[in-house]
Amino acid sequence: MPPFQRYLAWLGKLMTGDAGLSLVNGQPVAALIGSRLGNSLILAGVTALVAVPLALTLGITSAVWRGSLYDRVVGASTVMVVSVPEFLVASAAVLIFAVHLQWVPALSQLGRINGLFDAIRVFALPVMTLTFVVVAQMARMTRAALVDVLSSSYVEMARLKGASQMRIVLWHALPNAIGPIANAIAFSLSFLLGGVIIVETIFNYPGIAKLMVDGVSTRDLPLVQACAMLFCAAYLVLVTAADVAAILANPRLRQG
Amino acid sequence: MAAIADSRPRRRRNLTRIIAPLVVLVWLLVAVFGPAISPYDPAGIQDADLFEGFSAKFLLGTDFFGRDMLSRIIAGTRLTLGIAIVATSLAVTTGLMLGLAASAIGGFFDSALSRFLDALISIPSKMFGLVVVTAVGSSVPVLILTLAIIYVPGCYRIVRSVAVNVAALDFVVAARARGEGTFYIMTREILPNMVSPVLADFGLRFIYVVLLLSSLSFLGLGVQPPQADWGSLVRENISGLAYGAPAVVLPALAIASLTIAVNLSIDSFFSGRVREGVH
Repeated sequence: MPPFQRYLAWLGKLMTGDAGLSLVNGQPVAALIGSRLGNSLILAGVTALVAVPLALTLGITSAVWRGSLYDRVVGASTVMVVSVPEFLVASAAVLIFAVHLQWVPALSQLGRINGLFDAIRVFALPVMTLTFVVVAQMARMTRAALVDVLSSSYVEMARLKGASQMRIVLWHALPNAIGPIANAIAFSLSFLLGGVIIVETIFNYPGIAKLMVDGVSTRDLPLVQACAMLFCAAYLVLVTAADVAAILANPRLRQG
Repeated sequence: MAAIADSRPRRRRNLTRIIAPLVVLVWLLVAVFGPAISPYDPAGIQDADLFEGFSAKFLLGTDFFGRDMLSRIIAGTRLTLGIAIVATSLAVTTGLMLGLAASAIGGFFDSALSRFLDALISIPSKMFGLVVVTAVGSSVPVLILTLAIIYVPGCYRIVRSVAVNVAALDFVVAARARGEGTFYIMTREILPNMVSPVLADFGLRFIYVVLLLSSLSFLGLGVQPPQADWGSLVRENISGLAYGAPAVVLPALAIASLTIAVNLSIDSFFSGRVREGVH
């Protein structure tokens, strides 16, 4: 078949959930992905649960106390984390918590989980690394969004009327910053997709990103294609959610 | 960042202003004069233990094969910086030309190009790299081209938006009224007025390129052995992480020092510029 028809055939089958057979072991790609997808979703979900409140707290507090020592420390650390490769954060976490303190194992062995404590030990390092990467970006964007609102004239007005700093931020500024902040959250969560590739590899975590990287090393094209489609779809969902949040919060974006 | 920089004591601000570009300069010199200052053959196995610590003989210890780490990092500098600089230049020049052309020609050309590049931006960068490597394998030219293609759309968007703003200014309108041609306006009126945003963008893209290149190499999909850039060095020695080997940490720190220094240099040169992050 000519390439164009082959592409259409592949696309048609993908729509019905048939992503073809793995070139390496002949198993259906859909089954391979299905067995791993849950693990990755758990990792991403737990990270989001930890990262979002943390990032909001950091972003909002540093916007409120902007210019203070606290703000400078948070600002400098987030710049550093953003401009450093994920595997450096992961290696540092392993060095500190697995090698020196020996609190947690360096590799994720999901098969050996008995009870909550074990689960925390296994998830601690991957989740912490991912959280670091996502929080840095999210906190920066949250701070920027709130600082933007805090410098507007109605906030100045509230300040002149003698409202307390707490009241100004939580009552006057925050509701108007919700749109940009929701946008920042969704956008930063898309960084999870890149981070998860590194984190699953370094901790040997049995998720789809690890599956995909292994697929690339063995040049298992059907597998890589299917994984890439999945990742791009997730990315588009997050970015679209970011846009929708921005539009919902700001009526001026609704035209055109 | 501007607010933070302004509230910083003046002395410290000047210190970052000097140190950050200095770090970048040192790495550039290491990349250029690499073979001349390398104490050992980077590929040569030395008479030493594996993962040896710092010593007078091997300043930065040895790697998983007993090779001198300092020489390997020096050899890696050339690859990391070389690939990143070429790829960034390629991405920024292409983005610059397309962006200028789009803003000058406008109309259908502009919207078609913008939509096409928007579609390219919606593919996560690591995904794009992984798929290309699976399809055509990994080599230095392929890496350079892939990295360049990934970062063209981001650069194009910034150039286009700046160019559109400059094109609306009075002196451009005046030039047009004088009857100057499109090419003259593009190169003589608009281009000189966007040097600083383009340079700042170059620095920012450079950081992204270094990070992505290192990540690909770390995954074993970037620079292939026997050559090794900084990301490959981390990968090679990752088994030594359990012993806390400097061979893992040092190349990672090299990457961090370069990207942070470039980041701070951009901040001090172009403070006040609004940054847009596209990873």
